[in-house]
This record gives sequence, structure tokens and C-alpha cells, in this order.
Amino acid sequence: MSLSRENWISLALLALLLAIPYAAINFGNPFYVTLATRMAILGLAAVGLNVALGLGGLVSFGHAAFFGVGGYIAGIMASHAMSMQPLNFGLFALPASNQMPAIWIVAMLVAGVLAAAIGAISLRTSGVYFIMITLAFAQMTFYFAISWPAYGGEDGLSILVRNQFPGVNTMVPINYFLICFGVLVVALILFALIKNSRFGAALQAARQNEVRVASVGIAPFRIRLVAFIVSGMITALAGALYADLNRFVSPSMLSWHMSGELIVLIILGGVGRLAGPLAGAMLFVMFEFLLGGLTERWQFFLGLLLLGVVLFARGGLIGLVAGRQRHG
Amino acid sequence: MQTALFIEQLLNGLQLGVMLFLMAAGLTLIFGVMGLINLAHGSLYMVGAFACAIVAAQTGSFWLGLVASLAAAAAAGAIIEILVIRRLYQRDHLDQVLATFALILIFSEGTRWLFGSFPLYLDIPPLLQGTVPLPGGSRYQLYRLAIIGVGALVAIGLYLLITRTRLGMRIRAGESDREMIGALGVDIRTLYTVVFALGAALAGLAGAMVGALQSVQVGMGEPALILAFVVVVIGGIGSIKGALVGALLVGVVDTMGRFLLPQLFGLFMNASQAGIVGGALASMLIYIVMAVVLAVRPQGLFPAAKG
Amino acid sequence: MAEPVLDIRDLRKTFGALKATDGVSLDLRPGEIHALIGPNGAGKSTLIHQIAGTLKPDAGEVRFLGQTVNQLGVAERARMGLGRSFQVSSLATEFSALRNVMLAVQSKQGSSFRFFKPVMRDKSLTEPAMAALERVGLKDRAHVPAAELSHGERRQLEIAIALALDSKAFLLDEPMAGMGPEGSRQLTGFLDGLRHEAPILLVEHDMDAVFALADRISVLVYGRIIASGSVDDIRNNPEVRRAYLGDME
Repeated sequence: MSLSRENWISLALLALLLAIPYAAINFGNPFYVTLATRMAILGLAAVGLNVALGLGGLVSFGHAAFFGVGGYIAGIMASHAMSMQPLNFGLFALPASNQMPAIWIVAMLVAGVLAAAIGAISLRTSGVYFIMITLAFAQMTFYFAISWPAYGGEDGLSILVRNQFPGVNTMVPINYFLICFGVLVVALILFALIKNSRFGAALQAARQNEVRVASVGIAPFRIRLVAFIVSGMITALAGALYADLNRFVSPSMLSWHMSGELIVLIILGGVGRLAGPLAGAMLFVMFEFLLGGLTERWQFFLGLLLLGVVLFARGGLIGLVAGRQRHG
Repeated sequence: MQTALFIEQLLNGLQLGVMLFLMAAGLTLIFGVMGLINLAHGSLYMVGAFACAIVAAQTGSFWLGLVASLAAAAAAGAIIEILVIRRLYQRDHLDQVLATFALILIFSEGTRWLFGSFPLYLDIPPLLQGTVPLPGGSRYQLYRLAIIGVGALVAIGLYLLITRTRLGMRIRAGESDREMIGALGVDIRTLYTVVFALGAALAGLAGAMVGALQSVQVGMGEPALILAFVVVVIGGIGSIKGALVGALLVGVVDTMGRFLLPQLFGLFMNASQAGIVGGALASMLIYIVMAVVLAVRPQGLFPAAKG
Repeated sequence: MAEPVLDIRDLRKTFGALKATDGVSLDLRPGEIHALIGPNGAGKSTLIHQIAGTLKPDAGEVRFLGQTVNQLGVAERARMGLGRSFQVSSLATEFSALRNVMLAVQSKQGSSFRFFKPVMRDKSLTEPAMAALERVGLKDRAHVPAAELSHGERRQLEIAIALALDSKAFLLDEPMAGMGPEGSRQLTGFLDGLRHEAPILLVEHDMDAVFALADRISVLVYGRIIASGSVDDIRNNPEVRRAYLGDME
């Protein structure tokens, strides 16, 4: 089977990511397992954004809303499961669960509905207005989330015991890493399928030339809305995993800095590329870890790096290594 | 409801609105003339505040500090325009967002490096200390009234600048057709630097004035920036009139919302619940207003420049 | 006579004080090429926008295939069979010529909400797309990104896309613009044969092409049709000569 250069790089990155925790354990430094898990989760969040941003060209400055929603669902379900109270929505009640698959499904459903609502309004605007309105919706979600004292308010919500996964002891770091890694791989496969599908063709064409797509009879709005919903769902899943990793849901998951960070991950790795988000996440986490160990002012250098990438290495890491994309 | 408290909150809303106008006017000018979205505007606000605090502390004079804030912010603006911003005019919005986001990181961490994380203090100048009696019996800070006054002066000044001067003419021409003014021999590069520095100076002025009310610290520009963007979007990108209307609207709605909503909910909820629900809604209110405005008029209230 | 394929009735569009479209009526009958000519600023673009659906008229009706389409958007009219080429080529620039045409084929076949089968291996998309490219002579350039195609090739690509849509009517906006003499000649020959598949409303400045191809010509000046008829009618019409043709043969 002949693979393109880009696909080789994607596989290599995944292999590298898989190797890190095992090497860590081997050298007796288990902390790195957590680092690798962080890479996988942030990579997943960025894969989600990449569907909207990379494929669709939708510059969402509010994806933190989905990341945070995923985290809060994980936290809320965990806390209700612990106190054995169902989630009461007035008209109906949802039994709480601390099983990850159930939590993930709820997180994705809630995020999907939120994305549908946000998208339906936001996608009627374009350009700078779109950027601003997505930011505004994320801010709304942020202020909404921190105003529930029952769920931590501004202090955030703790997850005392990590949620469960059938058949696996999630408290063991390497196990949890493998769960996150598995989800990441599935998401990457999904991304590749979407990108090469009819839907992906319409979405990417709409990014390049909206008028062209309409004049062949495809309505860009509907395509983009679906892309936005899928994108939000994947990012929310990452949020749920992140909350379980840290055993803490921080309101900062909903901040606009987080939204900016997600975009930064993609740009560092390469917009619209399959492994771009993963490359960006790995680069970012390494940078944060290595440089953060040297100085508290590491974000200064991150700013310089980011500026350099935007001005001079626009294709990101993947762009540098694999060259420009060819679209058949 | 006490009239005095109501009037006081209304004035606070106007004061917030004026501060937002200073930020938003610069943002909308930069967008209208250069087509650039600038996230670093909050950093320029911060630079103005820091410059004022430092010079005021050194010289003992708030007024010198104010001059310094204008100069420092304008200079910072000009420098980043020349070094970074002018490479972004032809780029798409994503690149502009990322590059100016990078500038935020650089400015914030750089400032923290130079001055540490502790806030600096800036005193209200003796001339403007004290309070003024209001109808209704309470007293209101003279300084806050002065800020409102400054805002009105700036609004008039900008109006005169845009409509009566040659610079203003070039700005208006630049907003409607960028390629044309180049062909007409106007020095675009200098024009853009001047516009950017002007916007920066306004932001710095806002930062310095607010710095005396709150404290001067890293990150102070960010809430202001977000609100300023909301103002620009509601008012319509590229329109100074829109920035003024939007700023006053946002300032008043936000302030009055925080004041009134908990009281409103208090009518049929207990006090602590009303505080929570009212407070939450008040925080979200401005964004809800923006979403509604954009849903109905996707280009804002007074759209001027072409996207 | 059968109902015209495209029927514009008393269309009006005003921008402030400017009457861009001032009571325009014209129609397009099966099997014909109807050319629309007029000086710059006459309102041809505005008219095209209203027919294609990017602009809503202030008054009047656009009827396509016997239906009023005023309320339908661009995508819906395209799905009905209104094929359009653009004055300034409008293509998905990163996609190859082939993928651009495949998009049209995909649209014709119905749903774009398929997420799993890779399009490049989908013969039901690639084969009709290649066929369309072959008809316009672009088969050898199928895998070239649209941004890298020459000006004339982009024109051909736009026509290939309209072909792939199985259009019931073609709206061609200055297809000859920027083509050299050889390219114009080839395109003229191509359009001549095309009229039998679907009628063409041809907006053009190139008078050689217009006189060679048109069954009927309508002349648009300041938003109104000042004359409409056969090639000879128009050539000999004194008002048209004065307003537009000048002292042409």
C-alpha cells in the first residue's frame, strides 16, 4: 500500500506519541505518561476544531465553549453519580453515571445541541463578525457556567474519583493514556474519512469559494452547520477526557484564552492537515513543559514562536515537513 | 427604587461607555481603514496605564503621566505597526487573529517580566478628587464625571478630525477604496501607521484614566478588549458613529443590568437566589444583546466599511 | 410556441437613485442562443445577478422552466438546472479541475451528506467529471489545481462544470473575455454545438462571436432593452448603432 508522505508523518507522530509513555515508565519517570495523555487530549480537541477551521475555514473563536461543556458534563455526572442523585431537568431526569462511555455520549449530545444553536445564528454572519459572535457565545457559556455555586462557581468542580471505563482501571495512568490515545486514533480516522468524502469536498470547496458551491447547487449554510456541530462534539469529547485527566473542571476551560490556544495548536501543526492538530499539540505541550521549567515567562516565547509561524512558516510543522497539500 | 442610586448607576454606565468608546473607536478605525482585526488593542490600553503610573510615580504629576500614556501607547502602536502589523494587511483574518494574539502574549508576559505581577497604583490627581452633588441627594466622584467629559471631547475631536481635516479625508477615502487612494498618490504606509498610532493612543488614554479608578496590572486590558469588540460588532465595523452608539449602549446596559437584574429577580425569588440568577444573567446580558443584534442585522447597526 | 425556458418579465432594480434594471423583459427559447449586448455600465451584471439569484429584484418576475423562481436562492436555481459561468472565473482554487467538476456531479446526484466513501475512488463521480472535461478539451489538465490553469482553461473549466450539471439553460457572462483569437474561435465553435443541448443566454462584448452565434440579440442600455431582434435587425438599427456599435460595419 503506497502512502503519501503526509500519511507517513501522521503514522510516525502517532507512533511517537505511543512511545513516550512506555519510555517514561521504562526510565522510571511516570510523570511523562500524564504529559503524553495531555498531548493526546489537546490533540483531540484540536482535531475537532480542525473540522470547522481547517476544512471549513470557519474561524471559531469560541470552541472553548464546547471544550468546557464536555468537561462540565464529566464533572457534573461524576458528582451526581457519587451522591446518587439523578440529573433533574424538571420534565425528565437523567440517571447519573460515572461510566465514561455514557458520559461521552451525553457530553457529545449536549455539545451537539449547543453547536447547532450557536451555529444556526453565527453561520449567518461571516468574516470578522463570525469570529466575534463565536467569541461572544463562548463568553456567555463561561459566565453561565461560573454562576452555579452547586457546581463550583468560579472555583471549578472537582472530580474526586476518576470516572470508570468498563474493564479498565482508569486510575492507572498508562491505562487512561491508552483510552485517550484510542479515542484520538478513532477521531483521526473519522477526520480523514470526512475530508475525503463528498461532504468534505463540499465543505472544503465552500471554504475556497462559497459562490462556486452555491452555483453548482449546494447550499453552503447547511454543510457548514453540520461541520460546526461535528466539530463541537469532538472538542467536547476532549473536554470530558481533560476533566477526567486532571480530576478537575476549571472554568478556564471556557475562557477565550482556551479558544485562542486551540487555534494556536492547529496553526503550529498545520491548518487542515490530518496530523496538524496532533503535531501542534505535541509541540505546544513540549514547549510548555520544557520552557515552563526554565522560566515562568514561557508564554512570552510562545508568543514569539507563534508570531514567527504566522509570518514565516504558515503551513505549520506539517507544512514544513510534508510540503503543500495536493488536492488530487 | 432610589433615584439617587439609579442616577449614579446610569452615570457609571456612561463612564464605562466612554471608556469603551475610546477603545472601540480605535478598533473600528483600524478595521475600517486597514481591514485589520487587532487583538492587541488591550495591550496598548495596558501600556498607556503602565506609562501613566510609572511617570506619575516618578514625577508626582498625574498630568505628565497622562501625556506619557498617550506618547507611550502611540509609540508602541507605531512600532508594532511597522514591525508586525503591516505584514498582515493582505492576510486573511485567521492570520491577523493569531499574530495579534501572539502580540498579547508578548506584551503581557513582557510587562510581567519588567514590572512583576503586582499591581501598580495610580492616584487620582488632586484637582479631580472629591465628589459632586447629584440630583437625588447623593454625591458622585468628580473624576468619573471628568472621564465622561473627556469622552465627549474625544468624540467631538474625532468627528472634527474625520470630517474637517485632510487626514480625515484620507481616512474616509481609505475606508471606501483602499486601492484608489494609493493610485491617487497618498502615502498609504504612513497613513496606516498614523491611523494605528491614533487608535493606540486612544486605547492608552482609556487605560490611564481607568488605571486611577482601579489598579494598573497586567491583563487589565483583556476585559476591556472583549467588550470593545462587542461594541464594534454591535455598532458596525468601520463606523465611528456606530462605535459611539454601541459603546454607550453596552456601557449603560451592562451597568444597569448588573444593578437592576438582581433586584428584578428579587421580586419573586429569595435574595440569594436572585443574586445568583440575576448576576449570571447580567454577565451574559451584553453577549445576548450582541447575538440578537447580529441575528437581526448581521452587519451591525451602522455598517460602514465593506467587510 | 412552447413556453420559453427562461422568461424575465418587467424586472426592476434600483440602487438609491440609480435604476440599474428599468423594466427589463426578455426570454430564452429552446435551442437558441440569445445574446445580450450593451455598453459598460448598462446593468448587464445586475441583470445576471437577478436571474442567477444572488440579487433580489425590486419588482418583476424571473421564470425558469415555467416556474417563478424569485423566492429561490442560487443553489436551488442551480439544482433546477440553471448553469452559469462567471465573468471573473469563480472556482475552488485549491482543487484540481477534476475535483471542481466532481463537485457539480456530486450536486447533480443529490446528497452531499455522505461522510465515508472517498470521492477520488468513486467512479460515479470521476467518470462523468472526466467526460465533461474531455468535451471542453481539458482532459489532460484534469489534475492541475484550478489556480494554476491559464485564463482560457479556467473558462473551459467553468463550461465543463455547467455541462456536468446537465443544465437546462446556460447563463454565460462574457465567456470570450481575455481569450486570444484561437481560443475565441474554438469556444465559438463549441458554443455553437452546445445550443442544442440547452439554450444559452450569452452576455458578450465580442461582436464577432455575437454575430456568428446569436439567433437573437437584445441590447441593454441604462437598464433598458432598447432593441431586440435578429442579427440583421440589430446591425441595421440606427438607435443601436448610435448607442453602442458606433460606426461598425
